[in-house]
Amino acid sequence: MTENNNILTCKQVFKSYPMGAVRLEVLKGIDLNVGRGEFVVVKGASGSGKSTLLHILGALDKPDKGDVFFEGKKLSAFSGKKINEFRNRKIGFVFQFYHLLDELTVLQNVLLAPMVRAGAIGWLVGSAKAKKSALQLLGELGLSERTEHRPYQLSGGERQRVAIARAMINEPDVILADEPTGNLDSETGNGILRIFEKLHSAGQTIVMVTHDDRIAQKASRIIRLADGRVAPG
Amino acid sequence: MYDIILPFKLFKSSRLTILAVLAVAVSVFIVIVVMTVMNGLTVDFIDKNHGFFSDCIVSTDSLVGFGHYDEFITTLRSSDFVESVSPVINTFGLVKSESSSRNAALGLMGIVPETHIKTTDFAKSLYFHKDTPSLAFAPSYNTKLPGCVIGVDLLVERDQWGNYMQWPYLPRWSYGITCFPLTPKGTLVKAGVSVSANTKTFYYSDNANTGLAKIDSTMVYLPFEQLQSLTGMDIGQKRTSAIFIKFKKGFDIDKSVEKTADLWGKFVEQKSDSDIAGLFKTVNIQDFRSYRRETIAPMEKEQAMLLMLFLLVGLITVFIIFVIFYMIVGAKNKDIGILKSVGASGFGIMRVFLRYAVLTGIVGAIVGIACALIFLDNINSLENWLYDKFGFQMWNREIYAIGEIPNRPGVALPVEVAAAAIVACLLGAMLPTVRAARQNCVDILRVNQI
Repeated sequence: MTENNNILTCKQVFKSYPMGAVRLEVLKGIDLNVGRGEFVVVKGASGSGKSTLLHILGALDKPDKGDVFFEGKKLSAFSGKKINEFRNRKIGFVFQFYHLLDELTVLQNVLLAPMVRAGAIGWLVGSAKAKKSALQLLGELGLSERTEHRPYQLSGGERQRVAIARAMINEPDVILADEPTGNLDSETGNGILRIFEKLHSAGQTIVMVTHDDRIAQKASRIIRLADGRVAPG
Repeated sequence: MYDIILPFKLFKSSRLTILAVLAVAVSVFIVIVVMTVMNGLTVDFIDKNHGFFSDCIVSTDSLVGFGHYDEFITTLRSSDFVESVSPVINTFGLVKSESSSRNAALGLMGIVPETHIKTTDFAKSLYFHKDTPSLAFAPSYNTKLPGCVIGVDLLVERDQWGNYMQWPYLPRWSYGITCFPLTPKGTLVKAGVSVSANTKTFYYSDNANTGLAKIDSTMVYLPFEQLQSLTGMDIGQKRTSAIFIKFKKGFDIDKSVEKTADLWGKFVEQKSDSDIAGLFKTVNIQDFRSYRRETIAPMEKEQAMLLMLFLLVGLITVFIIFVIFYMIVGAKNKDIGILKSVGASGFGIMRVFLRYAVLTGIVGAIVGIACALIFLDNINSLENWLYDKFGFQMWNREIYAIGEIPNRPGVALPVEVAAAAIVACLLGAMLPTVRAARQNCVDILRVNQI
């Protein structure tokens, strides 16, 4: 993997959280490169800092020390507005518990990121195109009949597929997935895994945190975290 | 666009919204109902005073009165801003009904019906002479007898609805009215010889219902010249105790009062060599509000206090909205985290919740106004029903000079209250909204992940 092919880079990233009177060191100097089109799986025991690393890569959180680079640009140098744009356009998040908005329909949940991106006037102009893309995406994920349903009317697997559609709608450079199958039964999890495989084969960069060895086998690279560091090998 | 769609979605889906809307609606309802009733009573009271005392009063507190009034009236009548003028004597006397051996000390008001009805609303207050007010002092049973108009509460009783139980015909009653005449120097006529009193019999010709309780329960109206004679104000230079002035429409009352005062100043200067010029010193020129400030001011003060109390109601509404929105933001933590994860800014989150608050304010205000209008529209029939069923009356009409409870809020009050409700919602939601905007989405999502 060449340096200039890296889409995400971590250099000596440290992160700690206050835990009562002491600070719990979660990440202790992480160095990591994610190449464009890679499917990277981050594994590790509970509390090893996998989710924290994912949040830092997606600019949902800031490291205490060290830097994260996106296409060679330092995230810490981004303004608040730029960070919001980065999260909206460059990154797609998929969470273990789907995190869909209960008030919105499936279609509206998927359209959330384009709505944030467009603003009120932009949305009046571009909503038809966004809706078309969202419907197409939902169709590809087998949710054509569910577009007007609310999240509580869907199964766990369906909800996760909606979450994936939401993450993909803005055609992000990287999808960051935090245990996307962790809350699903094995068969449904397999279905979700197939979607990620398909995405990867289409050239999508994916960083996924998982405990699931079946997923790890499909990854182009596995990174193991232990005691807040990347474990050798 | 999410910050336009989501407020509506949140508004529709959150049960806490119902509480917030109810809190706003109840506050709006209370403020509109109470302000309408209290404003109505105050405005009604001021209007009645205006109607009774005209626009401007040239008056003296002295029972001796002041002279040369007819010349000043001529000056006023030739002024371009004056519509009509009428002299009035205000004094006290003893009134004795033919059927009673007791004398009652009452207020006496001497008026010239022909000019007084043009200057004031006196005509509207009459019962038997509504259509012929200039003949108010002509008893229908014998128009040649000297008549008197009696304050309605002195003679006529009211039913529980406040309606006067008038006689179907004019009863032939007579009253002996006694006054103690004063010389222009303020001494009793024939003082030192014996106590001098003038007594004359007047015949009941009508009753006057001005709607001003104190006046209707203490006032007897007599023909101006007759009272002038009874009080000795016709001795030497004729005197009066007041001149009521009505200004032409379109003329500002305050400015016209100033013009009247200027005219009066010049007039007094011209008459400085008069024997009774000293009586001018006690004369005041005031508009009806100043003239009646002792009765109007407390009501206006009461209104101002009410407004202060409603500011407290507003503060309570702000606090309730604050608490409810604090709970709503707490309940919507996950949504805030999701929005931030798809790139929504802190300001975007604020817009969502502030628009939600505005929506709550608008819907609460509409509900509150609608309920208030319905309630006010039926307040009088509701009070009647309560009286029929339980004997409850908000104001005992046998005591208070209130006909119907005022129930017309107008347009300005609901609009102002609605605007205040929306502002209250925005203020109440502000802190929770800022809290929502500043929340760390990782903390939120992690908490929701567990």
